[in-house]
Amino acid sequence: MLSISNLHVSVGDKPILKGLSLDVPAGEVHAVMGPNGAGKSTLGYALSGRPGYEATEGAATWRGEDLLALEPAERAAKGVFLSFQYPIEIPGVPALTFVRTALNAQRRARGEEEVSAPAFLKLVRAASQALKMDFDMLKRPLNVGFSGGEKKRMEILQMALLEPSLLILDETDSGLDIDALRIVADGVNALRSPERSMLVITHYQRLLDYIRPDRVHVLAAGRIVASGGPELAHQLEAEGYDKYLPEAA
Amino acid sequence: MSALPVLDLKDASSFPSRRTEAWKYSDLRKFLREAPQPSPSAPIPLTGGGPFEALGGEAMVFVNGRPVDASARVVCGEQTVRLRLISRAEGTGHAVAARISARAGAKLLLLETHEGEGAGYVAHNRLELDLAEGAEVARIVLTDEPEDAISVTQTAVRLARGARYRQTVLASGARLQRLETGVSHPGHEADVRLDGAYVLAGSRHADLTSVVDHLGRDGTTSQLTKGVVKDAARGVFQGKIIVERGADGTDARMGHHALILSERGEVDAKPELIIYADEVQCAHGNTVGNLDQNALFYMQQRGLPLDEARALLTAAFLMEVVDRIEHEAARETVRTWLTERL
Repeated sequence: MLSISNLHVSVGDKPILKGLSLDVPAGEVHAVMGPNGAGKSTLGYALSGRPGYEATEGAATWRGEDLLALEPAERAAKGVFLSFQYPIEIPGVPALTFVRTALNAQRRARGEEEVSAPAFLKLVRAASQALKMDFDMLKRPLNVGFSGGEKKRMEILQMALLEPSLLILDETDSGLDIDALRIVADGVNALRSPERSMLVITHYQRLLDYIRPDRVHVLAAGRIVASGGPELAHQLEAEGYDKYLPEAA
Repeated sequence: MSALPVLDLKDASSFPSRRTEAWKYSDLRKFLREAPQPSPSAPIPLTGGGPFEALGGEAMVFVNGRPVDASARVVCGEQTVRLRLISRAEGTGHAVAARISARAGAKLLLLETHEGEGAGYVAHNRLELDLAEGAEVARIVLTDEPEDAISVTQTAVRLARGARYRQTVLASGARLQRLETGVSHPGHEADVRLDGAYVLAGSRHADLTSVVDHLGRDGTTSQLTKGVVKDAARGVFQGKIIVERGADGTDARMGHHALILSERGEVDAKPELIIYADEVQCAHGNTVGNLDQNALFYMQQRGLPLDEARALLTAAFLMEVVDRIEHEAARETVRTWLTERL
């Protein structure tokens, strides 16, 4: 289970998360919705350890482990995966090389045996077919010159290969047309399992038609201000976030 | 090539200081005020065949400036020559003078290694390469010298029409290491690729300086240099391309890109295009920066420890130069050499 309690995070001197508390039990999918500037992306970065996102108070644990005390790569090896809203281009590093290096680094960190090149290729071929990705694309430098949809599929492919236990999806629907969204959502849904928890961060309800959450939380001004079932997402879509915004002072 | 003065180890007055424009980032006189004592003749036999041993070919070896065999060579047909410049000296100085001529239509793979086994020596290498009409020379240089050595290599390349010259210099630095290349480019379908990479740590200094003089029409030059500097190391790139009057139709491109990975590292870059002809295509690009922090975090998020992420990004940055080496076995040797130094 992911357990976040009273988390305060600052970027520079600016407090962004101000006492956020949230639990995601194993096997559940929780959505975090909120207006722009509420701190949604900050939550993803703080959980994955991005430099500059400093937790000043509170706690975040994953399967009982204190996440905030770990380096980003150590968190990844513990199963934390952040799917980026805007996946980064890595010039000069072929996608295949990158994913295999990442997978083996994680396995080494867990004391597991590394995956051989032939075994890895077999895994990649199967996973890329499921996502309708052109295998040759994986020989190109990671994300360089990829379209928005291709980059998101690349993220899902990495999820499928790295098999994380805690998935954080940051605005995964942004920049996707309906067809790409469906493929990406199918990829995510295929990873749903009783051992895996997911945190789906999104501004719009649309994504949640494809990735059905067990719970929906509203993040506004750095805190969770409301929680409910999937119907809460529809209510937000109809009514907007206005009633959750702090009164204009 | 008056822009690159030739020095004479026996004559301290020939040692340039930073007041000489072409040497302003590599102040030789700061490190070397007097002519060094001459290096002794070093014991032979040699152990091993150098970093390019596995590629075969014939060896042309100098130890402490003295040729083991000949100091000049004429190449016909297709050949591989391993030019090994070995320094086995402590605090003394020596000079190499070597000349290689490629006959018309010859194809030479010149694998040059600067192998420093001593300490605090001063090495001066003067090389002359002549390419006759239609000759093709690929020169690859690997340097491995002690941190307290001073080493200056001055290479004069003269091309005839239709010749192809390919150069890739890999510098790991020394107290002062300078690899200078002057190319006399006749145009007329002659084609030059002049690449380099430097990887510097500690207090090492490497200087890649070149002057390409386009004398006739329709010549091409493509130049790519990349460097990575750590600790308090210093990288210098000076690239000058001159397009003389009448050298119309010249196509010349120069790029230099460097990463500084530390607070105290330094890179000095001076790209110059001097154009006297009207119809030319010339371009240069120069960037100096740090590793992309977003990329580093992304890679860590996927499980790569910070050091490994840095090494992978740095290698990817430099390998663009290595990928331009056409000879496959040489390219892979260089790739390994470079990877070991990151």
